[in-house]
Amino acid sequence: MKKAPCLEANGMTKHLGGLYANDHIDFSVEEGEIVSVIGPNGAGKSTLFNCITGFYPPNDGKVFFFGEEITHRRADTICKMGVARTFQVVQIIGDMTVLENVMTGALLRYAKIGYAVKKAEEVLAFTGLGEKKDFLGTALTIADKKRLEVSMALATQPKLLMLDESMAGLTMVELRGMIDLIKRIRKNSMTLIVVEHVMEAVMEISDRVVVLNSGKKIMEGSPKEVVRHPEVIQAYLGERYVVSQ
Amino acid sequence: MRKMTFKQISRGLIALIVVGVFPLLTTNTFAQHVMILFFMFGMMGVAWNIMGGYAGMFSFGQVAFFGIGAYTSSFLLITYHVSPWIGLILGGLVAALVGAAIGYPCSNLRGHYFAIASIAFGEIVRTHFNNWKMIGAAEGLSLPMLNEGFRNFMFHSSKLPYYYIMLVFLIISLGICYLISTSKIGYYFRAIKESHDVAKVLGVNVVWYRLIAIMISAFLTAVAGTFYAQYVLYIDPESVMLLPISVQIVLISMLGGAGSVMGPVVGAAILIPISEITRVWLGHKGTGVDMLIYGFLITLISDYQPQGLPGLLTSLGKRAK
Repeated sequence: MKKAPCLEANGMTKHLGGLYANDHIDFSVEEGEIVSVIGPNGAGKSTLFNCITGFYPPNDGKVFFFGEEITHRRADTICKMGVARTFQVVQIIGDMTVLENVMTGALLRYAKIGYAVKKAEEVLAFTGLGEKKDFLGTALTIADKKRLEVSMALATQPKLLMLDESMAGLTMVELRGMIDLIKRIRKNSMTLIVVEHVMEAVMEISDRVVVLNSGKKIMEGSPKEVVRHPEVIQAYLGERYVVSQ
Repeated sequence: MRKMTFKQISRGLIALIVVGVFPLLTTNTFAQHVMILFFMFGMMGVAWNIMGGYAGMFSFGQVAFFGIGAYTSSFLLITYHVSPWIGLILGGLVAALVGAAIGYPCSNLRGHYFAIASIAFGEIVRTHFNNWKMIGAAEGLSLPMLNEGFRNFMFHSSKLPYYYIMLVFLIISLGICYLISTSKIGYYFRAIKESHDVAKVLGVNVVWYRLIAIMISAFLTAVAGTFYAQYVLYIDPESVMLLPISVQIVLISMLGGAGSVMGPVVGAAILIPISEITRVWLGHKGTGVDMLIYGFLITLISDYQPQGLPGLLTSLGKRAK
């Protein structure tokens, strides 16, 4: 029997008022893959993330995590099962230090503070925030905040990591650092789903790309296939550019 | 993580010795009374802090728990001759259950909305008690005069036993708060306070942990309620269920610094004497001057030091450098 995919979404549908933010989206992610979800603003990428991770109840469709259905489960239960995520707008605990932030994530797997601290230090050393572990969350730059958010997600020891625009608004140097971090995360046999606008990063890290537009999946394929596809170019740049190609 | 330092422990011990011998040095019962109220409000501030300062639920309905504690033990004592000590535990449990029952449907309320709901909760409970014939309605309950002694939780000849009992309650509450602040649930509370979303992605069951915070807070507040009933021996809704008591509890915690273990005690040490002394000096004229002064002080504090006294101390410290 074939092993169940890490994540499988069938017919994901979410209406926000009269708008179909997600309209019957199907996709699946194999274990160890990095799949990017791209699309213009308002395409439904974040909504898809929210429906998968239990933050929004989907109106229709089912989500399976390693074959087990997780549709309509609570967000914290899904996290416990091994799905971690970050947010488009960074979510960290401002009045805690970097170490405490990550430790709070590690507490999901360790009841004792001491063990959680050890795990948190390990994670921080890995993500390169070790030297800033005593900084307050609010005192960090945006790049470090995003890195911290990834660290917190990693501290919950997930099998699947979902990053929502972890590279938006970074300088070139910071961007390189983040791409490098994602590659290193992957080496630890992690599966990743990444929502990203920065095409440079998408091209470099993704095994597969899923393209959404106006709530629908318009195509799926390797990064190279996707950027050449007329429908994708049209969604991003308008019809004129398709013709001129 | 936030372990106590030697300096903090020694400071705590000195403070403990000072408050321990204080009532032996003075025969002034008013001073003893103010100290007892200070401990009692300190304890309720600590209880509020677990819910408000750590878990971010700004409750303006604590007085309901206070009243439920006072009424449960008093009613059981009067009707079934149940020992106030058992009443104290039962009152705490009833308050915790009521807190959970009202907290559950309020699970998604945050910030101002939670505060509004908590005011409504406090007022609903008061109105209910004001009309509930079985427990004396608006006439309240007078506790029977029993023999003096620890067993009956009643002392007529001296305030000293009340003083020490309340001090012990306060210390126990501080211990509980300290344990919470240094353990997993304390960190989870703080995550919830920051945002429900961040708590959820860290795998925190937000609804459950909020209920835990409410129940611990309600239990401790109700224990203070039972103490108060045993101390004044007469309770009615107007004395144990009024909104200003809830506001007082919030002010104490905010002034002392919400989210730190000792904060509410510091706040109570300042606000309770001010409120009692202005009341005794100026309150009897019926002009409300005491409330004016009290209100003025609070306005000053919230205008200039919204982080409470610790904020003031750190900013003074910075200026000194």
